[in-house]
Amino acid sequence: MAQVSSIPEEQASLPLSASKSILLRISKFNPEYDKSSKFMEFTITYKKWTTVLEAILDVKKHFDHSVAVRYSCRQASCGSCGMLINGKPRLACFTKISELDSDVVTVEPMNNFPIIRDLTVRFEKLFESHQKIKPYLIRNDTELESDEREFLQSPKELEQYIQFANCIKCGLCNSACPTMATDSSFVGPQALAQAYRYVADSRDKGKDTRLNIVDDSHGIWRCHFAGSCSQVCPKGVDPAMGIQFLRGYLLGFRS
Amino acid sequence: MTKDENRGGIKGMVNPRRYGIERIAYLLMRFSGLGLLGYFIAHVYETSNILRGRMGWDEFLALTQTTEGHIFLALVIGMCVFHTGNGIRIMLGHGGVGVGKPARPDYPYDPASQNYRHKIGIYSSILLAAVAMMYGLAVMFGE
Repeated sequence: MAQVSSIPEEQASLPLSASKSILLRISKFNPEYDKSSKFMEFTITYKKWTTVLEAILDVKKHFDHSVAVRYSCRQASCGSCGMLINGKPRLACFTKISELDSDVVTVEPMNNFPIIRDLTVRFEKLFESHQKIKPYLIRNDTELESDEREFLQSPKELEQYIQFANCIKCGLCNSACPTMATDSSFVGPQALAQAYRYVADSRDKGKDTRLNIVDDSHGIWRCHFAGSCSQVCPKGVDPAMGIQFLRGYLLGFRS
Repeated sequence: MTKDENRGGIKGMVNPRRYGIERIAYLLMRFSGLGLLGYFIAHVYETSNILRGRMGWDEFLALTQTTEGHIFLALVIGMCVFHTGNGIRIMLGHGGVGVGKPARPDYPYDPASQNYRHKIGIYSSILLAAVAMMYGLAVMFGE
């Protein structure tokens, strides 16, 4: 993950107790009243492990409680706090200010998602695309008739998809995708990677169904392998890899 | 793009700054593709000048013998070589070749699909395009 691996050494060596300050610029926009977004600026002190989310919550607590931000777990598990941090989609709870190597931290709502208010965006389209690829095991014998059967799987078979099962649906990949920026009908890297997750699952029998769904002019063929989705994924899902493998099935390279 | 959609639009698509060499390659591929399409249309127009007879043909061809014409043709050579080299890399990638293998990800989660093979492919395409352009310029200006 690029944002973590690029921690500058001098910042990483900041003593735990030392406090520094940054200028936090928060995008404010309410679609009901505002014509365009504007930035509010706050000076925030931070320590080595202070995250961007903590800084935003600090602003809410001490300066402006009206800042709209969605968050929940604070440990990169729920996928709620995705936003553009210094122009790149990241999870606010998983991004330390010290690793940004900047005295100014600008936070904006994620691209390619409608804004609810300030830093919060709508995920309906993301979930709709996710549902479209049938994100569940498809089998002829879905209803188990007895409790003696298990869907056995070898560790090797598990490795084929387990990486893609880490997706937390935070939407960072869709925000970074250059195709999503211009094509409102594109299904997006998140859904395509999840399509591969189920196609590669040895227990699943819905490969043809899913391949038919993604084999669309706004489906898998709109991916041009820019790879930005994989670079911003906070869980190491690597959607670009999954999409190319999925395309390999359609092109006959994989079976 | 309306604020309702909040799409990055062309600006969001072009943004080459924060996503590494792969995004720059994506951008160069787009530009070179559009450039070659433009050249193809211009080339059809150029060759249609043969209908104007030898004089008309020579007259139009003389445009390519100017300094600007040489630079234009050098750019076409560069676009052609980069688009070919990078296109082969992308086609292989689209088939799942050289994009790594699925595995349990380990922190800090460097994406396997953005591996050194593809980076070498991108840098090689850029280098080959630069060499081809320099060779083309040397031939054209060396006349």
